[in-house]
Formats: sequence, structure tokens, C-alpha cells
Amino acid sequence: MREITAGEITQSVKELSMSAAYHLGEDVVKALERGLEEEISPAGQDVLKQLLENAQIADEGKFPMCQDTGFAVIFVQLGQEIHVAGGDLNEAIHEGVRQGYEEAFLRKSVCHPFTRKNTGDNTPAIIHIKIVPGDRIKLTLAGKGGGSENMSRVMMLKPSDGKAGIIEYVVQRVKESGPNPCPPIVVGVGIGGTFERAALLAKEGLLRHIGEPNPDPELAEMERTILERINKLGIGPAGLGGRITSLGVAVEMQPCHIASLPVAVNINCHAHRHKEIII
Amino acid sequence: MSDSVVLTPPLKDEDVVGLRAGDRVFITGTMLTGRDSAHKRLVDLLEKGEELPVDLKGQIIYFVGPTPTRPGEAIGSAGPTTSYRMDAYSPILIERGLKGMVGKGARSKEVVDAMVKHKAVYFAAVGGAAALISRRIISSEILAYEDLGPEAIRRLEVKDFPVIVVNDTEGNDLYEQGIKEYAIK
Repeated sequence: MREITAGEITQSVKELSMSAAYHLGEDVVKALERGLEEEISPAGQDVLKQLLENAQIADEGKFPMCQDTGFAVIFVQLGQEIHVAGGDLNEAIHEGVRQGYEEAFLRKSVCHPFTRKNTGDNTPAIIHIKIVPGDRIKLTLAGKGGGSENMSRVMMLKPSDGKAGIIEYVVQRVKESGPNPCPPIVVGVGIGGTFERAALLAKEGLLRHIGEPNPDPELAEMERTILERINKLGIGPAGLGGRITSLGVAVEMQPCHIASLPVAVNINCHAHRHKEIII
Repeated sequence: MSDSVVLTPPLKDEDVVGLRAGDRVFITGTMLTGRDSAHKRLVDLLEKGEELPVDLKGQIIYFVGPTPTRPGEAIGSAGPTTSYRMDAYSPILIERGLKGMVGKGARSKEVVDAMVKHKAVYFAAVGGAAALISRRIISSEILAYEDLGPEAIRRLEVKDFPVIVVNDTEGNDLYEQGIKEYAIK
């Protein structure tokens, strides 16, 4: 049994939250650069240039690339052979978020649903824990912004809707979202499972690097089809019109009930903020 | 379509009626900030017939909740938040003299109608280009609702703050125009 302290977890989560806010992922930078080469709309090109410049300013100045530094969503892959000592795992993660958001001058964006009173420290974080083989912990922090999250949906399709119905639903959702989620977007699609599992699948899809297809050829094909159809919508960067509306689509799927076809669409803006560490 | 207009609030009708969807505008001067909670408080006061803590006549409201300010800097990261959440509140503020709004994302028909009727304009700043945008903010002070933290009403002094006209006083919509031009059937 390998041991790790709660303190080490707090420190790692703190560093991940800072890093996610300041440093745009390499895969996103490359996708934006590719997008800039392909975009035909002048206003769209201008937006993509601004986003690349923005990423550089944030990276060099250790400045948040967006003011919505997000709700902290942490995915934990907890090795079955590791033991967390010196504190509660969940509390250690909340404390890491608390410290990271405070010390890095990140925005506290969590509030009571009714009164809207800010909780003051960007907690509680949302924690998804999966037990895996081995003796390491993998922590992935996604700083999930509100704008893109608000455009996300879960829908219980009918089995007869089929693949075509799924694709139609996803594309329609993106069409309805328009400029709101800060295009160019990254789209996570969860298919199957149950109502809540489909949503989680969609969010797990968003942890993938842009351009990394699903290893299943059928799902990879679906990702390509959805991306192509989205980019025909004409929404463009910042919704100002253009052909680069989405940088990538990630589909995740698992078996579902014989009566159901759950589909979830989780949208990320172009910040696509997530950082990971294995300790 | 005119090239690079500079606007300095407080604005009058004549300052905004010539603007058209797609015009690039630079705002130099004062902008107020406010988003969800501040708008609710302002509209609650107006509905009760009470005084507002800020004078909105001729002003531009920027929908933003910035990150905390680092010592020595004017403001944190301060890009636009999504405007449709203020749709319930904007028409009454426009009716009371608000001349401009800066945000991102499409507005409702009620808001667009109010803009046409009372001569106000809706601008977009680039969502997510917050570090870049923040450089155009020279100073920031809290005017009201400090308890709202990032959602407080601030007065910003800005120089060459870049925005684009999305909805003008004729009811044109840049987002609709963009899709018409670039969508492939």
C-alpha cells in the first residue's frame, strides 16, 4: 500500500487550478492556429488572432485567460493500492481549490442557487472519483465556465431516433446556442448509460485532447460527421459568422437501457480548461 | 458600415443612431459594470419607485464579473459575460435612459424592440479574450453593491475598448447576418 498525504493532494489541486486558468492547452493553441488557416471570414480570423494573442498574454503574465475561471470540477482516478493519510480526500481537494483560487487571484464563481449569495471561496468543488488499479492518483481539474455549461443539455431520445437522431440533436443544440458559449467550441457527447451517466460521459469526452479521436472507428466517424455539420452552421468565432464554429467533437458511449437512448451534449468554450497530474 | 467610431459616454440619441450592426467601435471614457445580481437589485428598486445608486442616463453597461485585482493593477481579467441572462432586466433600464450595453451573445426580441424604440445599441466584446480586453481598462472603482464581490457595480475608465455593434437602433442583428453569409445548407 503506497501512502500519500492529504497535504500533497491539496498542493497538487492548488497548482492545477492556477495552471488551468493561466495556460491554454497546447492542443487548443494548435487547433486555433489550424482554425485561423481555414477560416474564411475576416471577422472570424480577427477573433481567432485575438484569442491566440490573449493566450500568450495570459501565459506570460500569469493572468487568467478568461474572467470566468470556472467551477472547479475534479476527476480523480484513485489507485486501489494507494492510501490517503492525514486528512479526508474530499476536504483536501476543496482546500486545494480554495487556496488556488485565492492565491492566484481567480474569480469566486460559486453561489447559493436561490439567494445567489457567493460562497466566497469557489467551493464546494465537484469531485468525481473512479477507483482504478495501481498505486497512483491521477487528478484532472477542469475549470468549467458558466456560459458554455449553460448551453449543455441532456435528452432522453427514443431508441428509434438512432444515430441520425443523435447527430441531429447535437447539431441542433449547437445551432440554438449560437454565439453564447464563446465559439469556437469543443463539444463532448455522451451516449448511453442513464440520465446522469450520459452527462458525465459527455464531460469525460471533454477531457480528451482536441484532435484525439475515439478509438472506436464508428464513434470516430460520428465525431467527424458532427464536426463537419456544426462547421456548416456559419456561426463562426465569437458568433460573428464563419466556418470555424467548433474545434473538435468527442463522443463517449456505454450501454443503456433497452427502452432508452440518453444523449448528453456538454459544451466547452475555446478555453477548454483542464490540467492533470499523476502523483 | 463606418470605420472605427470612438464613443465617449454619456451618450445621446445622435451618438448611437448612426451606428450599424458590424461597425467597429472604440469606447473611451466611463463604462459601468453590472450583471445578474446587480441588475435584479436595480430593477427591484425601479419597480418600487426608489432611487438607483447609480445614474444610468446616457451610460453604457458592461456585463462583466472580473477576477480579483492584483495589487498594482487596475483590474483583473475582465471579458464579457453572456448577455441573455440580463434580457429580463435590460428593457426597463433602456427605457430609463441606458444608451449602450456590452456583452456577448444574442439578445431577446424584447430587448431589441426596446433598443429600437428608445435608441440604444448593443455591442459585443470578444468572449474569452479577457486578458487582452483588460489592458484597455485604465481604472476601476466599486460604485455600489460591494457585497456582490465580482458582481458589484463598478465604474471603469477605459481607453480604446474594442467592441463591435451587434444590434443597432434599426433592429439589425450581426449574428443573424453572419449566419446568413457563412452557413452552408
